[in-house]
Formats: sequence, structure tokens, C-alpha cells
Amino acid sequence: MADLPPPVQGPTAKEKKYDRQLRLWGAHGQIALENAHILLVISGPGVVGVETLKNLVLPGIGNFTIQDSTVVSEADLGVNFFLEEEHLGGYRAEHTCNLLKELNPDVNGNFITEPIDTWLSNPDALAPYTLILATAPIKSEYLSKLSVHANTALIPLFYVHSIGFYSHFSVHLPPAFPVVDSHPSPESITDLRLLKPWPELIEYATQKTMNLEGMSADDHGHVPFVAILLYHLEQWKKEHNGQVPQNYKDKTAFRDIVSKAARANNPEGGEENFDEAVAAVLKSLNPPEPSSTVKDIFKAPESLLIRQDSPSFWVIANAIGLFYTKYGVLPVPGSVPDMKARSADYIELQNVYKSKARKDLAEVLDSVRFLERNANRSTTIKEKDVETFCKNAAHIKLVRGRPFPVVPTEGEVKWGDRAKAMAQKLTFPDDLVPLYIAFLAWDKFVATHDQDALLGAPKVPGASESDIESDTEKVKGMALHIATQLTKEASISLDDEDSSALGQQLEEFSGELVRAGGAELHNISAVTGGTVSQEIIKVITEQYVPVDNTCIFDGVKSKMAVFRV
Amino acid sequence: MTETLTQSAVPAGPRARWTYLDKILSRPGPFTDPDAFVPGTIESVERAKILVIGAGGLGCEILKNLALSGFKDIHVIDMDTIDVSNLNRQFLFRAADVGSYKAEVAARFVEKRVKGVKITPYCGKIQDKDEEYYMQFAMIVCGLDSIEARRWINATLVGMVDGENPDSLKPLIDGGTEGFKGQARVILPTMTSCIECQLDMHAPRAAVPLCTLATIPRQPQHCIEWAHIIAWEEHRKDITLDTDDPEHITWLYTQALARAQEFNIPGVTYAMTQGVVKNIIPAIASTNAIVAAACCNEAFKLSSNANPFLGYPGTPNYMMYTGDESVYTYTFEHQKKDDCPVCGADTVARPIEIPANATLRDFVDLLAERPEAQLKKPSIRTGEKSLYIQSLADLERQTRGNLDKEMSDLVEEGEEMVVTDKAFPTQFKYKAVFSK
Repeated sequence: MADLPPPVQGPTAKEKKYDRQLRLWGAHGQIALENAHILLVISGPGVVGVETLKNLVLPGIGNFTIQDSTVVSEADLGVNFFLEEEHLGGYRAEHTCNLLKELNPDVNGNFITEPIDTWLSNPDALAPYTLILATAPIKSEYLSKLSVHANTALIPLFYVHSIGFYSHFSVHLPPAFPVVDSHPSPESITDLRLLKPWPELIEYATQKTMNLEGMSADDHGHVPFVAILLYHLEQWKKEHNGQVPQNYKDKTAFRDIVSKAARANNPEGGEENFDEAVAAVLKSLNPPEPSSTVKDIFKAPESLLIRQDSPSFWVIANAIGLFYTKYGVLPVPGSVPDMKARSADYIELQNVYKSKARKDLAEVLDSVRFLERNANRSTTIKEKDVETFCKNAAHIKLVRGRPFPVVPTEGEVKWGDRAKAMAQKLTFPDDLVPLYIAFLAWDKFVATHDQDALLGAPKVPGASESDIESDTEKVKGMALHIATQLTKEASISLDDEDSSALGQQLEEFSGELVRAGGAELHNISAVTGGTVSQEIIKVITEQYVPVDNTCIFDGVKSKMAVFRV
Repeated sequence: MTETLTQSAVPAGPRARWTYLDKILSRPGPFTDPDAFVPGTIESVERAKILVIGAGGLGCEILKNLALSGFKDIHVIDMDTIDVSNLNRQFLFRAADVGSYKAEVAARFVEKRVKGVKITPYCGKIQDKDEEYYMQFAMIVCGLDSIEARRWINATLVGMVDGENPDSLKPLIDGGTEGFKGQARVILPTMTSCIECQLDMHAPRAAVPLCTLATIPRQPQHCIEWAHIIAWEEHRKDITLDTDDPEHITWLYTQALARAQEFNIPGVTYAMTQGVVKNIIPAIASTNAIVAAACCNEAFKLSSNANPFLGYPGTPNYMMYTGDESVYTYTFEHQKKDDCPVCGADTVARPIEIPANATLRDFVDLLAERPEAQLKKPSIRTGEKSLYIQSLADLERQTRGNLDKEMSDLVEEGEEMVVTDKAFPTQFKYKAVFSK
């Protein structure tokens, strides 16, 4: 302990402030947040959008802009936390923006008070933004415009409803949205390759299990479980024509063998390392076969044909696909779980896995370089990115983003290839697809009842006391119509029982939506602003697994549902 | 620009500010219980005196949400002061507030922002307050990061229930988060499953055995724990470790790093050292927003009956939330446990399995680790004798000698033990079951 390491670099002010989140998405995730510019488009109460921004300003999003031509009213003060009395009569976008900026001096906030119709008619209006968030009510022509822009600019678009006790959001992601750093649960990432060991690993196990029976109690109790399992696998293979345990029956028989090999004649009545070995049998003795999700990525057209402008994800995917074709396995991730072992033995084992991971990485990297040259790519993919990909190869995700349906003023909602799946969910007992249909009906009402000339704020169902009953009837009728069209498009017919159950659900959901009369409840908007901001963070950092592509919150029953529309 | 501004179309009146809330409060919906919901009354919410425990990540959100749900008389308890690492989510605090009491700053901020709401802060411990204090509230909303504090308030509220007096039953709404995960639950003390019934849902992290730390470290965390538990005691035992003192953390870090180098263990960092010794749980604004608002939605429904609430006996009382892989909630009814040491029948002792040759010391450790017990400073008695008493120094000295005796020499199979822990205003009864 004589020579201590050099003086410590303590955390920076920024690391201190963001400590609790950096432990989740790391410095690279934080940089991605800081490079983002989010546009929020609101016309109704808009609290759900403001609450979303609050949860993005706090962790340090780079820039946000609020487009809102509405003037602050008394009603805003009862639901929007980012307005004060003195702002009455002023522009909501301006004052909300300023109060949000107070939350974090590192964030740039902007506002646009020009009405949406003239502002959106400027062809470059949307150019500065890396992500767009629009809240209902919004005229379908504007939402369509945002959707078209998301399509061409390949940026994510979120569309959110928060009405009374219910909320909904859909996200339109680019057609290929890959996630390399999906943060799988720690239990699911162990990949020890016990059924496909390489020579160095076999050598390690042989060494550590030499004279296993004759070992002293202390030595025997410290043989790493990986070595124990490999040793017994070799024994098993000798007695089973070179075959490893094939099925559940074999594995339980194998587990018994390992279990009996533990020494029980000690004060503890057993050995921890053997307990670990026994516990690992069913989990770890599986062929290291990649999931179909991962194999589909290798087979994706973008992976099969690497071009000069292919994103680096696809180049690496192609290279790892080649590796898989050649060896039938993915590159070794290289991490080893903690286990009962002596320090030196454990570190040695770690190094066996790490060296193999490095070797596999080198091979993948060679392929990447070859592909780059072949396709004439001008930029070189960073080795670090290839390494991360290799480490996470078994858990990479690819979301196929698609536009969500925009309810047209005239004509029907189009479901395309989602019609069948959605129509089937209409009759699942606890599914919230019927509530989604009710939201679409609410949008249909808004699209067909625009006569208020209120600076672009459309008329919403249930706004006035006298219209509640008739508006409820209308929304319910629209919901039934949308549901019927959906079943037609899917060529599915519902039996009487299902039809009447669905009819009742649509009536209840429509009734509850109209009851709100366009009101946002702060709590529901806060729950939803929380979920939407979380999804925006995932999408911007390209970490964790985003919602694909629609999420509903039912604040009456306190539950959420996710499905793809 | 100003000429395009028009005044609001909503007529200004005493309730103009609550236009949106009043739509919900004045209209019944398809799910409202007509016997419980009185359209148009706002008093049920305005008059409900509500207590918020915790003014941190969840607490800040809860105060904002309750104020904007129409609650007018809110109290808040928190003993902590503001740290710079709170600012990424505790949005009622600014850099200039660092060092001030959370409850005080949070209360003042929300009072200023939402006119007409009264928020009374108390900067101290929940244990400072007695039953009379808790009796004044209609309900209690908790946003805590400590299981111990939750168990204390839960046991207190269960103990307060008097069958003769319906007002003595205080609904407890509890939120908790960790990273992208969280839960919201509603408890009607004595009527539905309580925090203690649900204790095994929140298992403590398994501790690393001392011998691993002392002789065979393998992970960077082992080296940090070694510095924390062993090296500090050896070199600086006269100084009380303050995990907020950068000098102390730096010392632990350099010790851990040196030990890691000795064993060739990679990965010890300053941030990890801090995380391990302070037991830091990642926390973000979005999860706090979701869980806090889910809790306040229940508080609003409970007060107003505008829609059915979680926790009505025989219906779901627990919403679990996971947000790292897509979004997932599981809303279910957690069943009340008959042998719950807090809300179950008084006489039932719960069986607890004790390894065959465990000593009393092992049993004490086991009480801290078992998900269903989680008692860190237990005192243990049988009907006949005191096995180990920690609550008084004298008694601790007298009973310390038992620690190395085997449990099987101290208690019979099936014998009842009463365990107390000064963190909880209740006692726990266990029945010894020796494993073969």
C-alpha cells in the first residue's frame, strides 16, 4: 500500500448534477440529448406537451421550441404549472417557455406564436428540429403535414392525446430504427458458451479441475462453477457418444450428477460453487443460438446490400451476419458473471472470455473494413462502435417505424397491413384497442366540427354543457363506424356477442372522453408526459427499447397497453 | 403583435381557473358510482387535508399534482436538505437552493405558483409526529426512497384504526421508483393488503459475504466494499464516515483502487465508489412523473369519487410500471396476508426457516436479508428468555454471549420468538422451523 495511485479526478459539476441519470444512459446518451432539438406543437390545453418538455429540460435536452399561438387564460392557470397570474393575456408559448427554461440553465428554449397555418406554410418551418411532438386537438391537415415531414426527414414524430382520465400516444419512427444498446436485464445477458467451448476455455477448465477428487476442502470449494460444468460435460460426453445433454430429461440427469459431486461432509453441509453450478445447468446448457429477431436483422435488405451511404449499423450487422454464417454463433460478448472463486482464478477466467471476445471482434472488424472498402464508404466506422455491437449482438433490436393513422376530414381511416392484427384485438377482453378507436372517433369529431375560428383551436366534443348528449352519440357513432370499417378491411366478422360487447365498450369510452369536454386533468397529463418523455429519451439516445408504436393509459383502471398500429 | 391578442373566451368567475377540473367534477361518467359521486361538489377535494411524506423526486411532483387537482390544504414532511444531484429531477429546486430544507423550499414554490393552495412544511422525521398529528389528515401520499420509513408510517396508520371511528382509517397511497421502474399502490389500513403484507415484493439486495471482501475479491464492487467496511475501520476508525464528504469518498476510492490493482481487478471508478457506498439508486424525472401522477390520480379519485379508485376492497390495489423495454404495467390486487405481523391477526406467528447449524448471529443476519423480514436491528425474545437485545446497551452486553451459540440450542422446533426493532412501532412473531 506504499505507492498509492495518482491524485483523484473528482466528478465535474455537470457529472454531479446529472449523476442519477448518467448511471442509466451514460455520457454518450447525455451527448445525444444535448444535440437534440424538440418541437412541441400545441393548440388545446397542451399540458401533456408541457409536462413532457419539463421531463426533458430537467435531464438536459439541448434545445426545445414551443409553437402555440394561444393566449394565456384563467383556465390555463388551473392546469398548467408553467404559467403565472401575471401572464394572463400574454402568449402561452412565451411564458411557458421561460418558466421551463428556469429548470435548467443548460437548455435553450424558443417559442413561436405565429398561427400554425401560416407558420407551417413556410417550407423550411420544420427544418431545425430533430424530433416533433404534437398534441391533440390538431387539424388533420397539419398532422398529415408533420407526418409527411417525419417520413422524408427521417425524424421521429409523436402524437399525443390527454383527455379527461384517458391518454394516448403514437410514435412514427423512421422505417429502420436500430437499437444496439438495448440494456437487457442482467440475468439475460450471460452467454458462457458451455456447449461450444473454445480450446483456451477447455484448457482452463482442465487445469482448474485437475485432481478434483483429491483436492483439499478449501480448493474444492473454490473451483469456479464454469470449470465444474465443463469438467462434468466432458465426462458426460464420454458416456453419451460425444453428445452433450440434449433435452430437459438429460439436463436434469446432468444436474443430479453435478449436485452429487458436491462435498457435503463439511460444516456448511454443501459447497457454494457447486450450488452455483447446479443452478446454472438449465439456464446455461443451451446452444448459443441467436434469436429470430437478430437473425431477421442479418437478413434485412439493408444488411444484405451495403452501399456507400449505408448507416454504420447495417455495415456492422452485415459483418456479424458473415461471422454467424461462418461459425453458427455470434461473437462472444466477453462478460462473466460473479461466482465463488479465488480472485486469481476468476480474473484468469475473465481474461479467457475477454481474449476470445477480442479475437472475435478483430474478425468482425476485418469484415467491416472490407465492406467499407468495397462500398467505397468515405468515413471509417469507429472500432468502439463495432465493439459495442459485438458485445450486444444477441440483444440488438430493430424497430420498423411506420406512420400512424391520421383521421381524415373525409373518407376512412386506413389500417393497411395492421388491419388484421388490430381487428383481432378488438374483442380481447382487457385490451385497450377499443379505447384507441374512441380516440380516433374523437379526432373525427374534431376534424368535422371546425367552425370556431379560435386561432386554430378546433371544437372538441363535450365542450358545452348543452351538447354533451348529442356529442356523445356522435362520437360513439363515429367509433362504431371506425371499428366496422376496420373489421371490413381485415375481412373479419364479429359474432353478435362480440359485437355487442365491443359496442358497449365503445359507448363507455366515448362517454368518458366526451365527459371531459376537451379538459386535461393535470394528473393524467403528468403520467403521459412522463411516458412520452421517457420514450423521447430512448429514441434520442438510441438506448433501451422504445414503444412500437402506440401506448394507451386508462386512468380509470390505472393501466397501460401497448400495440402496433 | 399585441393587437392580435384576444382575451380568453371563458368567462372570468370565481371558478374560471378550474374550468377543466370542474368539467370532470360536474359531470358523471359511465364508470362513476352514482351513490358516491355528487356532481358539482368541489368541497370533497378542497376540504380534504392531505399529507405528503417526502419532498424529493416523487414529493415535488406530488405537491404540484395535488395543487393542480384542486386540493387546498396540503402538509409535507421531509428531513432532507437539497443536494446538487437532486436538480436533474426535483424541479421545485434551483442551484441557489442547495443546502436548504426540501419541504420548506418545495412548499413555498408551489404556494407561489398555484394561488390559493396552502402548503404547510415540516422539516424533520415522520417519527417525530404522533398519532394525534396523523389523525388530522384525510389521506396520506408517500413518495419515499426508504422502505423503513414506509413500514413505520404503515404500522402507525394500521395501529390508528379504531373500528368505532370511521375517520380513523387513513388511506395510504404509496409511490416508489428505481430507474425506469416503479409502482403506485393504495392501502386502506386493516381492510386491504398493507406495506408489510407486500414486503417481499421489494427484496433487499444480497450482501456480499465478508470473507469474499476480506480474502477473495473478484469484482470492483468487492474492492469498494472492502475499503468501506474493512479499510476505513482499520485506518480511520476515529473519523465518522460521511458519504457526502468528497475527501472521504476520495479516500475510499484510492483504497479500493489500490486493492483492485493488487488483485488485477479492472473497473473501479470514482462514480462507482460513490454509488456503492451511498447505495445510489438511479433516478430520472420521467419515472417519477409517471408514478407520482398515478398516485395523485388515485388521491383525486378517492376524494372526489369522479371515477373508481385503486384499492377498493376486492379490486386491484397495485400498479407496477416498467419502462425500459417498451412500456408495461401490471395492475392487480395484492392479497392481504392473514399472518401479516402488522395488519394480520395478533396471535399468528409466521414460520421462519433456520439453517440446521446456524448460530444466533447467523439468525440476526438472516432477519436483515430475508425479503419477508428485513429487520436490521432486531431484538429477539422467546416466551422464556431474551436471546439478544439491541435496544439497550446494558442488555446488549448481557445477551451478546448468545450470538455464537447455535439456534437449535436456544430455541425448540416450533417455538415462538418475538422480534422487535426500534425502527418499527410493532412486534414480529416468528415460529422456528429448522431446515433438515
